[in-house]
Amino acid sequence: MRRVFYLMWKEFLELRQDPRIFPIVFAAPIIQLTLLGYAATTDVRDVPTLVVDVDRSAESRALMNRFEFSPYFTVVRVESSTAAIDDPLLRGEAWMALTIPAGYGEALRRGETARVQLVADGSDANSAGIGLGYATNLVASYAADILAERTPAAPRGGALALDVRVWFNPELQSRMFMIPGVLALILLVVTTILTSMAIVREKEVGTLEQLNVTPMRRWELVGGKLLPYALIGVVDVLLVSAVAIGWFHVPLRGSFALLFGMSLVFVLNTLGIGLFVSTISRTQQQAMIIAAFFFMMPMTYLSGFIFPIENMPQAVQWSTYAIPLRYYLVIVRGIFLKGVGLETLWPQALALLGCGVVILSLAVLRSTKRAG
Amino acid sequence: MRKVLAIARKEWRQVLRDVPTLLIVLLVPLFLLWLYGYALNFDIRRVPLAVQDRDATPESRQIVAAFTNSGYFDQVASVHADAEIHRLLDRNLARLVLVIPEGTGRDLRNGRQARVQVLINGDNANTATTVMGYAVAIVGGVSADLQIERLGTAVAPLAVEPRVWFNPELNSTLFLVPGLIGFIAMITAVVLTALSVVREKERATMEQIRMAPIGTGHYVVGKVLPYVVLSFVSATAVLLAAMAFFGMPMRGSWGLLLTVTFVFVAGALALGLLISTLVDSQQAAFQVALLVSFLPTFILSGFVFPIASMPGFVRAVTYVVPARYYLAALRGIVLKGVGFAYVWPQIAALLIFTAAAMALAALRLRREAAG
Repeated sequence: MRRVFYLMWKEFLELRQDPRIFPIVFAAPIIQLTLLGYAATTDVRDVPTLVVDVDRSAESRALMNRFEFSPYFTVVRVESSTAAIDDPLLRGEAWMALTIPAGYGEALRRGETARVQLVADGSDANSAGIGLGYATNLVASYAADILAERTPAAPRGGALALDVRVWFNPELQSRMFMIPGVLALILLVVTTILTSMAIVREKEVGTLEQLNVTPMRRWELVGGKLLPYALIGVVDVLLVSAVAIGWFHVPLRGSFALLFGMSLVFVLNTLGIGLFVSTISRTQQQAMIIAAFFFMMPMTYLSGFIFPIENMPQAVQWSTYAIPLRYYLVIVRGIFLKGVGLETLWPQALALLGCGVVILSLAVLRSTKRAG
Repeated sequence: MRKVLAIARKEWRQVLRDVPTLLIVLLVPLFLLWLYGYALNFDIRRVPLAVQDRDATPESRQIVAAFTNSGYFDQVASVHADAEIHRLLDRNLARLVLVIPEGTGRDLRNGRQARVQVLINGDNANTATTVMGYAVAIVGGVSADLQIERLGTAVAPLAVEPRVWFNPELNSTLFLVPGLIGFIAMITAVVLTALSVVREKERATMEQIRMAPIGTGHYVVGKVLPYVVLSFVSATAVLLAAMAFFGMPMRGSWGLLLTVTFVFVAGALALGLLISTLVDSQQAAFQVALLVSFLPTFILSGFVFPIASMPGFVRAVTYVVPARYYLAALRGIVLKGVGFAYVWPQIAALLIFTAAAMALAALRLRREAAG
């Protein structure tokens, strides 16, 4: 045990070789979460909209007012010719253009069907789809109101009313969904990077041989190497969850003890991955490339952080089962937003633990072989 | 100039000697683009739907049919007890539960307004918003049909013709692939140079270079030059692959696209070099490099999260994320076919970024040499 402690102390001393490393490791996650927590939002509000009002009637202004008073749209400009649509859409100054053609008011007064046109910039397909949905709903509810005015027999607001209840996140703030994810990603980045360099550095400098000839056992070497980073990971878990709860007011509906415990299991995974990368690379640059391309990118993209797993092709869906972040995300979001505990999350918790044990054992086995 | 080339030649030799890294840098980006371009999309279809039909009349069945025939929903369960709803939503077995209360059919027949309810699992706000849009549109459609049926001759007062430009099918792949290209190019470039100077510091070969009669400016430019060639080849291959694999269109000019790409990779490499001069160990360099490139390029560049929706101070921060300019230019050129008149602000911003990063790196090296 004393040897583990000495090795740990040595690792800390080496880390301190670069005086900037501790500020980076502790301050950067907080800054990142604050910034990215605000940035990671897919909420579509205030869609910049261009209105081309060719008709210029009281009716066309009434429709335009509906858009202006809706929280989803901001009318950035009003034009009178359809030729004016191209430029703002090409520049990205407007995402949507509503065209009210000549004869719109006339058609409404005569009780015929009046037509309007909506053009959306599809280069951001996600926002365009959501924005178009808002716009068609707005026009449909306006149409229902007009119909109700015309025929007193018809119920106001249409024949069918829809009552929408959103569970777990009633205001549909994407921030509540994203912040637990950003928290997990930051933990991943910070802890994996540090450990991925830990052993390969000694290899590159040639001091690994010296460590190998000491009477130290394998597990003591691995333990001593990992413990400092595990400690850093624990502190980061506490800091980052404090920001999520204290600053962003992400509701913590479940148990903090469970969140902390599961985060430790996740850090076990990230440290294992880092160590594994470190044992298979020859230089620190290789370690960096392997960690970034083969571990962190797949974790980011295929974990369900933002891209829904159920949309992926079947073969890719199967491969996501090997990604520990996938389980951790379900656990973090479940604890934060739904307040569920182990009774619901036990499959994910087991899978996360399993992944951690497998990757850590692989890393330890790899480093054992090296010695022989 | 000769001095710059001498440094570039030395660096180039080092690059060529490390064949595994070279192969990784040239081939892995292609593989990553193929994998993620194929795997990632936001197209929300086959949403798992659960139905609680407490009315069981022809009218209620008409509403359920409108959902199941829309092509967006797959009915996975018929619910009888309320407790069942909790279980389905808690475990993500259903994303939407449609509840039709008793008396819906009777109200509709009597010309009174009927209310139906949908419960949406909001944990993924993005998916939930889209699903909510589908539900509102479907119920609105049924409502209009019923209204017109009952009133006989009445016509719908308003009709909307939605049109989508640049990406008519709202194919999310066309939106995500340019983002992926930017992301992959950025990470490749930063990974290439972030360790370059700090490695020389760690191995103490930096001293030798300092003794040589070379200015820091020359040194910095020479150091980046070979990697610019490498990254540019890699990024161009990725662009071509995106067109071949994913049908990314090319509506603008190739010359313009390649210019923007060149300036972007130069900027990303300069950023890596700057990081390399700021820290003293490779471990710290890797840490800083990923902290400033990995998550920011993913989250602050407009790749998936629209910059317009971010709060003001975060939007201000995005101005120093080079991928932001590249993505705007790339999407503009390939999807919208815009020309230089629309892209020049992006190119100018990237040039300024590159120059600033190189100057800072040179300054930093000079100060270190003096100190």
